[in-house]
Amino acid sequence: MTKKLKLRLFKDKFYFILLLILSLIPIFLFILIIIHIIKKGITVIDWSFLSQLPKPVGEEGGGILNAIVGTILLIILASILTIPIGIVTGIFLYEYSNSKLAYIVRIISEIIQGIPSIVIGILAYIWVVKPMGHFSGLSGGVALALIMLPIVIKTTEEMLKLIPNELKEASLALGTPYYRTIFKVMIPTAISGILTGILTGIARIAGETAPLLFTAFGNPFLNFDIFKPISSLPHIIYLYSISPFEDWNQKAWGASFILLIFVLFLNVLIRILSVKKK
Amino acid sequence: MKEITLKIENLNAYYENNQILKNISLDIYRNKITAIMGPSGCGKTSLIRCINRMFELTPKTKIEGKITLIEKINGSFKEINVYSTESTYIRRKIGMVFQKPNPFPTMSIYENVLAGFILNGIKLKKSEADSIVEDALRKVALWDEVKDKLKKRGTFLSGGQQQRLCIARALVMKPEIILLDEPTSALDPMATSKIEELLENLKSIVTIIIVTHNVGQAGRISDYVAFLYLGELLEFGLTDKVFTNPSHKKTEEFLIGKIG
Amino acid sequence: MFEDKINFLKSKIIEMGNLAVHMLEKSINGLIQKDKNILLELIEVDEPKMNELEVEIDELCINFIARYQPEASILRNLAMALKMNNDLERIGDMAVNIAQSALFLIERPQLKPLIDIPLMAKETIQMIKDGIEAFINLDSELAVSICQRDDLIDSYRDQILRELITYMISDPSSIERAIHLERISRNIERIADLATNIGENVFYIVKGKLIKHGRYKDIL
Repeated sequence: MTKKLKLRLFKDKFYFILLLILSLIPIFLFILIIIHIIKKGITVIDWSFLSQLPKPVGEEGGGILNAIVGTILLIILASILTIPIGIVTGIFLYEYSNSKLAYIVRIISEIIQGIPSIVIGILAYIWVVKPMGHFSGLSGGVALALIMLPIVIKTTEEMLKLIPNELKEASLALGTPYYRTIFKVMIPTAISGILTGILTGIARIAGETAPLLFTAFGNPFLNFDIFKPISSLPHIIYLYSISPFEDWNQKAWGASFILLIFVLFLNVLIRILSVKKK
Repeated sequence: MKEITLKIENLNAYYENNQILKNISLDIYRNKITAIMGPSGCGKTSLIRCINRMFELTPKTKIEGKITLIEKINGSFKEINVYSTESTYIRRKIGMVFQKPNPFPTMSIYENVLAGFILNGIKLKKSEADSIVEDALRKVALWDEVKDKLKKRGTFLSGGQQQRLCIARALVMKPEIILLDEPTSALDPMATSKIEELLENLKSIVTIIIVTHNVGQAGRISDYVAFLYLGELLEFGLTDKVFTNPSHKKTEEFLIGKIG
Repeated sequence: MFEDKINFLKSKIIEMGNLAVHMLEKSINGLIQKDKNILLELIEVDEPKMNELEVEIDELCINFIARYQPEASILRNLAMALKMNNDLERIGDMAVNIAQSALFLIERPQLKPLIDIPLMAKETIQMIKDGIEAFINLDSELAVSICQRDDLIDSYRDQILRELITYMISDPSSIERAIHLERISRNIERIADLATNIGENVFYIVKGKLIKHGRYKDIL
C-alpha cells in the first residue's frame, strides 16, 4: 500500500471515531440525567404518593395527586382551546396560502411561537386573571393553549401540503363540495401527522412552569373546577424543590420522575405514529 | 342514430396570460368512445378539465365559451349549460378518472366504491350498498379478484386494479360521461389492455372521452378521434376515416410519429 | 376486441370465395345446359355483388391495419386477405367472360361435344374450393397441393387449343365459335392460376414463407 493511501485510510477512520465520540456525548449526558432522576425519584414513588393529597406543611407523607390531576386537566383544557382553532387556522393557511391575510396570520403565529413562555403567562394574567379577579385553571389553560397553538397550526398546514393533489381532485371529481373534501378526505388522510403535531404540542406544554405561576397558581387541594386555581406537576416541582423541607425536595424528584416518564411516553407515541403514517 | 351527449362551442381557455385552448367546437356522441389525442402540451388535459369544471380550480384561469351537456332520462333529453349549473352537479354527471390511480387511502375497497355517496353524506341501506358495490366491481371485472378483501385498504391493490377501482367509483354515480386522462400511461401493458377491454365494454352504458398521447391506444379503442395541436382542434371524425385518410397535414404527421 | 373484426373479415373472404365458386359453376352449367337465365343472373346479379364485397373487404383490411398496426400472423392474414380479395374478384370477372361467351355459343349449333371444358372446369372449381378450405383450416399442405394441379389445367388448355385449331382449319365457319370456346378455356386456365395464388397466399399465412413463382417445388 502506498503512503498516501495509508494516510487517507487513517484519516477516514479517525474522523469516523471522532464523530462517533461526539455523537455519543449527548446520549451519555442524557443517560446520566435520566439515571439521576430515576435514582432520586423512584424511591418516592408509591401508591400513596400518587393517590394522596399533600399534607400540611411540615407533616410527613402525602402525595401529589392534585398536581397529577391538575396537569391532566390543564392539558385537556389547552387541547380543547387549541385543537379546533389550530386545525381550522391550519386549513385556512393551506387554502388561502397566497393571500395577504394568510401572510399576516403566519407571521402572528410565528411571533407567538417566539414569545417567552413567561411573557405568555403575563398575557394570560392580563386577559383572564385580572378580569376574573382571581387565579384559575382557565387562565393557565389559556396560557398553555397560546404556547401550543402555533405548533398545531404549523403542523396542520404542513401535513395538508404533503397530501398529493390527486387525492383532492379525486374527491372533487366525484362532485364533492370543497368543504366536504377538506373535512372528509384531506383531514382524515393527514390525521396521523396532525395528531403528531398535537402530541408534540402537549409534550411541550406538559413541562411549562413559568406561565402557570401566576395563572393557575397552584392549589394544595384536589380541584376539578377550572375557575379556581389548580396545581400542576411543573409547578409542584418548582415549589417543592426550592423549599427547605427535605421531604418536599424528595417529592420534587418524584414529581420530576413522573413528568419525565410522561414526556418520554409521549415522544415514543409520536415516533410510533410517524412510522405508521408511512 | 347518432345522439349528441356533449356540445362544446367556441371554447377558449386561458392560464395567466397564455391561451391554452383556442376556439374549440366539438360534438361528443353518446355511447361512443371519443379519443382526444395530440402531442404533449397541446391542451388535451385542459380540454377535459374544462368539461367537468376542474380547470377553473387552478387559480389565474379564465374560460370563455359554451358547453352543453345533454342528459338522457327515460328516453327524453334535457339540456344543461355546464357553466351555469352547480359544479358539483356537473361533476357527478361527468365523472373523471386520472392518470395516476388515486383510491382514497383512508378508505377500504368497499368504501372507495361508494365514496361518491359517503363523501356527500348520503346514507345507504346495507343491502342497497352491497349490491351497488358488487354491481360496480363486476362491471370493471374486479369483483372476483377482490370480493374476499372488500374491507382491505384500496391502496393494497396493484396499479391496474386500483385504476379499475377508480373507474368503478366513477361509475357508481351513474354519470352520462366519463372522462379519462391518460388512464393507462402509468400502467404495464397487461393492465393497459385489461382497461382498454373494459372501456370497450363500458361504452354501452356510458359515453367515454379518453385523452391519450398514444396513437395505438386511440386506434385500438376509439370510435371517434379529435386531434389537438397547440390548443387548436385540427381534426375530428370517425377513427376509421382519420386514421386512414386524415384531412390535416399535422394529423398525419402525428399519426406516423413525426411529431408528438 | 379485434378478434371479432378478424373473424368478420375471414367470414367475408369465405363468402367471396363461395360466390366465386358459384359463379364459375353457373357459367359452365349455363353453357352445358344452354340455360340463358342463369348466365344472365351471373352477369347482372352476381358480378355486382362480387364487386361490392371486394370494396367492403378492402376497406375492412385497410381500416384494420390503420387502427391496430398488426404484426406477425395477423399482419400476414391481412396482407394476404387483400391479395385474395383481388384475385377472387378477378375470378368473378373471368366467370363473367365465360358467361358472355357461353351466351354467344348457346344460340348456335354446338361445335363439338363438351368434354374437356367441363372436366377442366371441375378441376378448377375443386382448386378454388380447396383454396377456401385451406384458408379456413390454415392447411398448408392442402394449399401446396393446389399449386401442383395448375400444370394439369395448363395441359388441358393446350389440348383444347390444339383441337380447336384443327376445327378452325377444316371449317372456316366454325372459327367464331372456336374462338369463344378457346376464350372459355383460357379464362378457366387463368382462374386456375388465380386459385394457385390463393394456395400460395394461404401457405404464406401459415408458414410465413413466400412460395410464389414455382417456388413451391422447393418445399416439396
